[in-house]
Amino acid sequence: MGATQTHTISILTENRSGSLSRISGLFSSRGYNITSLSVAETEDPATSRMTIVVTGDASILEQIVKQLNKLVDVIKVVDFIDEPIIERELLLIRVDASKSNRHEIVETANLFGAGVAAVSVGAVTLELIGTTQKIDDFVMMLKPYGIKETVRSGAVAIAKPKK
Amino acid sequence: MKKTGAQIVVDALVQEGVKVVFGYPGGTVIPIFDVLYDTKEFTFILTRHEQGAAHAADGYARATGEAGVCLATSGPGAMNIMTGVATAYLDSIPMVAITGQVASPLLGTDAFQEADIVGVSRSITKHNFLVKNIADLPTVMKQAFHIARTGRPGPVLVDVPIDISRAVLENYEYPDSVSIRGYKPTVEGHPKQIEKVAAMIEAAKRPLLFAGGGVIAAGAHAELKELAEKTNMPVTLSFMGLGAFPGNHPLFIGMPGMHGGKCANRVFQECDLIVSVGARFDDRVTGFVARFAPNAKIVHLDVDPASVSKIVKVDVPVVGDAKRILIALNKIVKPRGADKWTESVMEWKGEKLFSYQPSDTEIKPQSVIEKLYQITGGNAIVCTEVGQHQMWTAQYYKFDKPRTLVSSGGLGTMGFGLPAAMGVALSDPGCPVFNIAGDGSIQMNIQELATISINQIPVKLIILNNAYLGMVRQWQDLFYGKRYSSTCLRKGRDCAGCSDPSQCKKLYTPNFVDLARAYGIEAFRAESPADVEKTLRAGMAVDGPAVMEFIVAQEENVYPMVPAGKSLDEILEG
Repeated sequence: MGATQTHTISILTENRSGSLSRISGLFSSRGYNITSLSVAETEDPATSRMTIVVTGDASILEQIVKQLNKLVDVIKVVDFIDEPIIERELLLIRVDASKSNRHEIVETANLFGAGVAAVSVGAVTLELIGTTQKIDDFVMMLKPYGIKETVRSGAVAIAKPKK
Repeated sequence: MKKTGAQIVVDALVQEGVKVVFGYPGGTVIPIFDVLYDTKEFTFILTRHEQGAAHAADGYARATGEAGVCLATSGPGAMNIMTGVATAYLDSIPMVAITGQVASPLLGTDAFQEADIVGVSRSITKHNFLVKNIADLPTVMKQAFHIARTGRPGPVLVDVPIDISRAVLENYEYPDSVSIRGYKPTVEGHPKQIEKVAAMIEAAKRPLLFAGGGVIAAGAHAELKELAEKTNMPVTLSFMGLGAFPGNHPLFIGMPGMHGGKCANRVFQECDLIVSVGARFDDRVTGFVARFAPNAKIVHLDVDPASVSKIVKVDVPVVGDAKRILIALNKIVKPRGADKWTESVMEWKGEKLFSYQPSDTEIKPQSVIEKLYQITGGNAIVCTEVGQHQMWTAQYYKFDKPRTLVSSGGLGTMGFGLPAAMGVALSDPGCPVFNIAGDGSIQMNIQELATISINQIPVKLIILNNAYLGMVRQWQDLFYGKRYSSTCLRKGRDCAGCSDPSQCKKLYTPNFVDLARAYGIEAFRAESPADVEKTLRAGMAVDGPAVMEFIVAQEENVYPMVPAGKSLDEILEG
């Protein structure tokens, strides 16, 4: 077994009922672990784009890509391992906030470029778009205030334009 | 042209050139069966169990290379074909399975006889379809056959809700061609890669040619033989590959792996190059992978890129159709004469690839298979069930031609052989069709004797009766201290445990000869070695189906054996 790596894989697939379960089913039946999966229709309603983040060694990753390519509904698979990409994830997070520390929390949010999505008595809901790393960092900074709930979209990725 | 969904399904089968369909009716497929009532273009065979229909379609496909077709109703009917579909999937057999489904508005409501069959079959089909709109049905049928037959073949399931079968399509036309953007199998091997293969064969000192079922699927047996003879490489065949190279050819060194010959396993461990064609390095072949072929570079020719480097690390992959690749390779590969390596391999091979202790008092199961080969001269198609008899068939019957062994290699499905043999026989192969069975396996789909009898399908059934589930018993014998837990088929709840099964006075149930006769099939039994040939000849002389039961040595084991998880040089011999 080689070293474990994290890969971001982008899959263009037919937008059909069943396509998603074919892909997620492939991961579970072959014992591959998904870190995150996000999916939505593309500009062409007949196709969907799926971004999957997986970990495994090189041979497992090679198998994943080959097995994905074998699926009839899958049109294209790109493993971004050797390609510069723009990767973003959306975070919604609700933290405990009292009158006294709400200001401080919002200030922390500002440092990260996060926005305030909602404020209620005793809590503030923040939103942040960023790399997975940035979101991890932000969540860590908010931990001391008391996190009520976090929701993450999972990463989406696109290749950087070639110069 | 105006047609109902049911008519479209049947017309698609006609357009695809289907000659025989196996199936079983039920609520949601009555509209399709109503169309079949008047269909003259192909034969419909009513099996006695849906599983039998799936295996029969599979057997037909293995004998002909054409897609086998089976038809079952929703829910339990569809569930019953799942074992057959998985069997075809594991052995890459082209099949189109059509299932009825509850009416679209009822989908997901746990309606009567509803099962989410596209969900259930997802991981055991090459692809599957749930038809939700009758306008899609013609294309779906066309795509189903295309996907099943091309690339690495496999089963495709089409689930048709009854309201789709009943609906009417105004402008029906069966498509001439098919294009699926996510499905473009590679056919031509890359010329640069093929050049590399030729160079590696030239550079190798101790090369081995290893072929599997892919050669048979691609119809590349003649090209394989040409390559072997041009380069004098010894040839080993995986179980699924048996028949892809003549079993009586001097360069053939037998099947490798768990119950393979010592010679083939030794050659794997000593060779410096494996040229693998259409084989997938199954664990039953490689043994303990980390110690498999330690000195060898590996060239892997396969139509499925996902097979390459899945189990063993491959040095040179060539993806494409085996026949095309071999034609290209044969043009450029340098001839090799027989050399010291060929000589030593032939020495290891010796007189016989496999041997057993003969007996004058009890019938050795191997002797029945040897005798069958002698009598038929290899001019037969041999189906098997799964277990010891299957391995003995692989060892002692010499498969000289492709598509003459029909057996569940990947999934190892007991109950496969009898219905598969019906499918084979209905393809009119122009030679006798045998099913070699154990007394355990044969009982898993024995109801098909009715189908065989009623339709006078000329299947010759050979039952090697040792009153045990022999292969499991063998593992219990070798690895579990002879604790024969639930492998004796005479054992009842009154058995207190026995130390010597040969002393057992219990009658075997059922009496296969009486049972066959109850089905209206002629039957014969051999109890001593002197009866073997006579019994085989009697069964073969029957015009139509026949059952031949052989009471064989009870505790005979299959040797050699590489125990599971051991490497190919750790061989147990009897």
